[in-house]
Amino acid sequence: MAVKRYNVRMAGIGGQGVVTASHIISNGVVISGGFSSLVPFFGSEKRNAPVESYVRISNQEIFEIGEIIFPNVLMIFHPSVITLGKSYTMPFYTGLKKGGIILINNKTPLKFSRDEQKELDDTEAKLWYLPATEIANEVAKTDLATNMAMCGAISAIFGLPDLESLAESVKDRFIGKGIVTSGGTAALDSAIEKKFAKKQKLLEANHDTLKASYQYAVEQGWANEGAGSKKESATV
Amino acid sequence: MSNAVAKPASWVPKGDLQKEISAEKMLLELPRELQFITGSEAAREAIKRANIDCAISYPITPQSETMQQAGYLFDEGYIKEYYRGEEEIGVMSAIAGASRAGVRALTATSGPGLMRGMEAISSWPGARVTPVLLNMCRVINTPLAIQPDNIEMSFILNTGMIMLHAENQQDFFDYTIAACEVTEHVDVTLPAMVSVDGFFVTHARGPVSIPSDEYKLNRRDGWKNAVPAMDNENPPARISRDAPIQKSNFISYHMHASWQQEVFAAVERSAKYFDVLLKGRVEVINPEAEEFIIASGSAVSQAREAIRQEGENGRTVGLVKVKTIRPFPSAQIIAAVKNAKRILIPEFNQAGWLHKEVCSALYGKCKAEIVNGPRVYGGMTMPTEMILEWLQKTRKDFA
Repeated sequence: MAVKRYNVRMAGIGGQGVVTASHIISNGVVISGGFSSLVPFFGSEKRNAPVESYVRISNQEIFEIGEIIFPNVLMIFHPSVITLGKSYTMPFYTGLKKGGIILINNKTPLKFSRDEQKELDDTEAKLWYLPATEIANEVAKTDLATNMAMCGAISAIFGLPDLESLAESVKDRFIGKGIVTSGGTAALDSAIEKKFAKKQKLLEANHDTLKASYQYAVEQGWANEGAGSKKESATV
Repeated sequence: MSNAVAKPASWVPKGDLQKEISAEKMLLELPRELQFITGSEAAREAIKRANIDCAISYPITPQSETMQQAGYLFDEGYIKEYYRGEEEIGVMSAIAGASRAGVRALTATSGPGLMRGMEAISSWPGARVTPVLLNMCRVINTPLAIQPDNIEMSFILNTGMIMLHAENQQDFFDYTIAACEVTEHVDVTLPAMVSVDGFFVTHARGPVSIPSDEYKLNRRDGWKNAVPAMDNENPPARISRDAPIQKSNFISYHMHASWQQEVFAAVERSAKYFDVLLKGRVEVINPEAEEFIIASGSAVSQAREAIRQEGENGRTVGLVKVKTIRPFPSAQIIAAVKNAKRILIPEFNQAGWLHKEVCSALYGKCKAEIVNGPRVYGGMTMPTEMILEWLQKTRKDFA
């Protein structure tokens, strides 16, 4: 069996749930029977500070650990990662493998400098824009579900994790085994729980956001880029 | 002392419900269940089963998550006493006191915290106390960083501590359990440090198979140690003020020298226990290879992936994973690479301490070219691509 590997680098800003999203996707892959590992990268835990997280997804055992220097998928959770350089990796596409996918949370395409555009063109990068914050606001009535929208789209693109396993993973995060991400996240939990009063309601809002962005990605024709399809992933 | 809500009279510490067994039973015999957890959670699961009497720590990134988890274990009654020290000199001194009193003591820290605690830590082996120190590696030099660079391990090499280097979450669980028992054997009676890369392992999720938490290690019997637990009813008040040790004369030098020889001999005597509990102090892959990678910690994982990719291209590359840095498995390494022509030693630090260790062990015993690298430092990870490049270059340079 050929090894399929998706090396995903996520970049966003503190408070958006980038690290949580990576835990949820990774855990979802494992639930669906695949192999996955992840590692987050951040400074002090504070709002609006740069955050990165790396997820490895494979159909076989994964040995490598640590940051992903040469990803084939980028998930940009906030446009300021690119426009304001709020990122540990500059420019944001550094190390992207040829033909890689870039999923950006923004309503409209961003304007790049001539050099950047040339490098993106040379890499033959696929740039996809997902209005994740808008989907979160519309469906869950809070932009805190932005990370769920990003997760849903990834599920549609690769089919791994599938939507069901992803939803199961979100459940693990909130009412299941209680995935530990960090002390800061625990504090955020209590804040968001007050807003939703009940975890169940919170879970439903998250699930709805996952589904909505999954649907959006399917409608855009991004689906089946990976695992489920005949197409091989970029080699690693 | 604690501002936690008082437990009801009917409360039973959960640790009291666990059945006591040996580390050998726990690690080698009990059935295991696979979980997908972070390194910090793997450490928590180990602490939960290690029958820890006393834990003391001071938070530092990336260790904090683990010891926050230990706080929950204390609340549930898996740890009998737990508190946050003022800072690391205090913590490392206090944990020695706890161990001297005869209980099983555990603490954890990271790079700069380890450096701060160094004065106390380097006194542990000679004092023959047996605390287990979990060390989540972190950059210690300027510019400040919180990422994993394992240069701090080199500072412990010559203290007389037992040193284990965990590759991943699974190792972090297994090695911690093993360390908690081996340290307390009468012919060992030494402290141990279990190191692992911060973030890459502590904050990363990976597969860990663990036995049921219905079991815990046998309790420590402080009377059985080489230097027995202090009798607090009749405390020896003048340990180091007694003339033969304190005064600089030939008797004191002689005493000190033999004492140190005994400490380092005890480190070597721990080897037989680790050989059993860790199923060998090295792991060898592709023993017939002419080209070898020798590594410890995270570098092993990167090496495994490099070896897999080389294999896909029809090239056989061998691997020696070094599990125990002290005692250093010199004989096993010599045996593993006796037919090697080229050896690469990937490391996550600038100094290349493992390279130096391996060179000392192999000097005059092996004809292979031992390449001085590759290395990354400052906390960066080593891309598999880097190992592949070095393999290619080494092949060309030393054909």
